[in-house]
Formats: sequence, C-alpha cells, structure tokens
Amino acid sequence: MTDAPKRTPLYDLHVELGGKMVDFAGWEMPVQYPMGIMGEHKQCREKAGLFDVSHMGQVILKGGDVATQLEKIAPSAFTTLKEGKARYTFFTNENGGIMDDLIVSNAGDHFFVVVNASMRHQDIPHMAKNLEGVEVTEIFDRALVAVQGPSAENVVGDLCPAARDMKFMETIVAEIMGVECRLSRFFFKQKTAYEISIPEDKAVEITRAFLAHEDCEPAGLGARDSLRLEAGLCLYGNDIDNDTSPVEASLTWAMQKRRREEGGFPGAARIQKELAEGAARKLVGIKPEGRAPARQGVEVQCSEGNTIGAITSGGFGPTVGGPVAMGYVSAGHGEPGEKVNLIIRGKAQPAEIVALPFVTQNYKR
Amino acid sequence: MTTYYSEEHEWVTVEGDIATVGITQHAADQLGEIVFVEQKEAGDDFEKGDEIGVIESVKAASEIYAPLDGEVVEANESLADTPGALNESPEGDAWIYKIKLADKGQLEELMDLDGYKALIG
Repeated sequence: MTDAPKRTPLYDLHVELGGKMVDFAGWEMPVQYPMGIMGEHKQCREKAGLFDVSHMGQVILKGGDVATQLEKIAPSAFTTLKEGKARYTFFTNENGGIMDDLIVSNAGDHFFVVVNASMRHQDIPHMAKNLEGVEVTEIFDRALVAVQGPSAENVVGDLCPAARDMKFMETIVAEIMGVECRLSRFFFKQKTAYEISIPEDKAVEITRAFLAHEDCEPAGLGARDSLRLEAGLCLYGNDIDNDTSPVEASLTWAMQKRRREEGGFPGAARIQKELAEGAARKLVGIKPEGRAPARQGVEVQCSEGNTIGAITSGGFGPTVGGPVAMGYVSAGHGEPGEKVNLIIRGKAQPAEIVALPFVTQNYKR
Repeated sequence: MTTYYSEEHEWVTVEGDIATVGITQHAADQLGEIVFVEQKEAGDDFEKGDEIGVIESVKAASEIYAPLDGEVVEANESLADTPGALNESPEGDAWIYKIKLADKGQLEELMDLDGYKALIG
C-alpha cells in the first residue's frame, strides 16, 4: 500500500477513546485501547467488546441469478441459502487454493457480502468479472461495527429489540435510534457476535450508544486476533491463502454436500481429489508446552526430528493463559495428542497437537 | 547511584564492576503486556550490541541487545514465572541481568536521564 492509510467513520472516536492507531491493510485502525489487549480479550469473553470493522469491504450484489452466479466462483451452496440467512464461504482459484474468505447473506432482493479489508482490491473486480448479469456495488458510505461477547445480545438488544430474537447466521434490517441498519448475527470468536452496518453519518452516535452500555467496551485488532486464534478460526493471509485448499484448512464444512459432489467451482479437481484421498497436509491446533509463543513461520518437527510443517498463526491466548498456535503438518501427522517440537530461535520447544478450538464457543441456533 | 540509559531503551546501574540491566518503563509501555522472557544464563559472555534475550508481548517479539560488553553473573529467574512484572516495575524488581562489566569505560557511551528523555521525546 503506497497510499496514505484510510480512516473509517469512527477514526476520531478511536482517538478520543485512547486507541493506539496502527496501519492495517492500508487502514488506520486501533490495535488496542487503554484497557490493553488482555483486558479487551477478557472483556469479550466475559461481557462484550465493540470492534470497528469498517475497513472490511461491504458489497451489494443485485440483479440476475446471484445465487447461481456465486456458485461459479465459490464452493458453497447459495441457491439453497434462504432469505435472511448468512453463510461463510471463500473464493477458490483454478488450483483449488483460497483467494479470500467472506460472508454472504441473502437479503431478499439482493445479496450482501463482506470481504476482508486486505482483499477488497481483488474481490470486487473478481466478482464484477465473473458474476454475469449481476450488478456489483461496493458500499463506501456505511460503517461496520462488531459487538461480541456474552452480553452482546443485551448491548445490541437494548437499542434494537429485534436483535434479541435473531438466530445464528441470520441477517435482518432494523431500526437503531431511528436509522435503518443491517444486523447480522454470527458465531465468530465468542459466544455470540453481531455485525451492524450503519450509515456513516450516524455511525459515531450509534457506536457511542452501544458503548454507553455498562457491559460494553471498545476493543482493538489485538484482541480480535487473540480471540479468533483461541477460537481456531483462520486468518486470511496467515492460515489460508492462494496455495492452501479448503480441505487442507479443515473448511470442508463450508462446502455443502451437493457442491462437494457436483463440483463446478474453480479448483474442483484438486478439492474433490483431496476430499476422496485426503490432503497432503492439514491445519491443526498446536499447544506449546512452555511459555514461549510460537509465531508465524516457526518450523514444526515430529518427535523424530524431521520437519513436518510450519506455524501459520501463533501468539499468547489470554483465556488459555499461555501460548497457542495453528499450523500445517504433513499427512500422517496431526492427530490430537501427538508430540512435536517447535523450532523457536534455533531451539526445539516441546508442543502438542490439539483439537481446535482452544476455547469452546456456544452457538445460538 | 547513577543510572545510565541505552538507545535500545535499557537502563544500567553499576556497583563496583557489576552492572544491573533492565528495560525502561517507556520500553515496557511500548511493548504492551509482556508474556514471556527468554534470558541468557550465568557465565554467558557477549559484546555490546549482541542479542542477549527476547521479550514477547501479546503483540510481538522484541530482542534485548547488550548495552555493554560483559558476562552474565545472574539472570532474574523470577521473570520466567511472572513476565508481567516487566510491565509493573521494569525499573525496579523486574531487572533482567546482573552483568560483570568487561570495560567500565563503555559507560561513557551511554546516556544520562536527560539524554534518554530527549530520545523518547
């Protein structure tokens, strides 16, 4: 990114709240507030945290047969995605790698899509080029705010009663303080999480109202990352990328049965072969036994000393109370309980393969 | 006792030919919440500028560089179990090393408090 970092409609509020601003994917975003990453992480586990995710790309897909067209570039089922429901998916490339992961919602007269900030520049033209007869419109005049944690239902519900009745992976349009917003309810990272798309001129006012709730505090990118890591969720660019397939990344669940069987999406040959025969490597949870965090790029060796893979995401898990990591290991390895060594600064540190997530979430279905 | 400061945000105090070395409060604040410290052991020797340890915070890993030539006499082992002490009292109980100085003349190359304050603005 050579351009000056962009600012979301909530930039001034972040600064006012003491946010420590950093450049993230070309956006000036808060990595933490005075509470600190650990405090914000615990806040999201115990009460509720509010994240500005306005840097993510919000896109409207309208006209034509959107669902059928989407199935050409993503391996999930969209023709059966009911109105008012959302689905996690990814765009695949011709080699079966993942171009980006995203959330697609059926909003009735259109589809609503949210893509990663770092991949907006790729995803928008990709959709415009491949979705025949579909009008692809990127939204620039709305903020996107996430509220997550056990108190999220109260924080959002106090201002928008309809939010309380929403189910897992549901999306609605409802009024908040007299303004029409789009609310989506996800399982992401904590017991419950809402994403609220707000017209930018009302974003600060509504965000302040959420934060006025006694259980809600602002949280930054640092806590967002430690929460998703403990939840065992992939971060695009770290754990999944153009080389990793959905089978390797244990994302088979996001490819519904009909799509797995019929194919008809980019890279189907590799993905179907891996579904049938197994992948050459797979993404696993790795728990270092000591205190040293194992970060991206750390080599993973089996107990015999051969290299079997590498860490793709790693750090300190505040709820776990110690280091946590994810990484790929080659086929034949990766059963929970397997002892491995992590080569951290030249020294072998003992670790164990564990089942993901590190911290269990409760889904509201 | 005079306290010296390095450009790598370390403080040094000296008694006889033994220096106590730690990181400054400013450094600790910049690193964020510290979760792990890797230290050299007693007997390890090094030259000024060598990497003599690593501090990991919730955010990232940062190296500790030797402010002077010397040899580790003692590493503060309590940091292994309570790395967070480095955020609480980095210029007090949470010192990192006692070092036997090889060349006390190198102290002249470090900054005084005013110099360090000017560095961190």
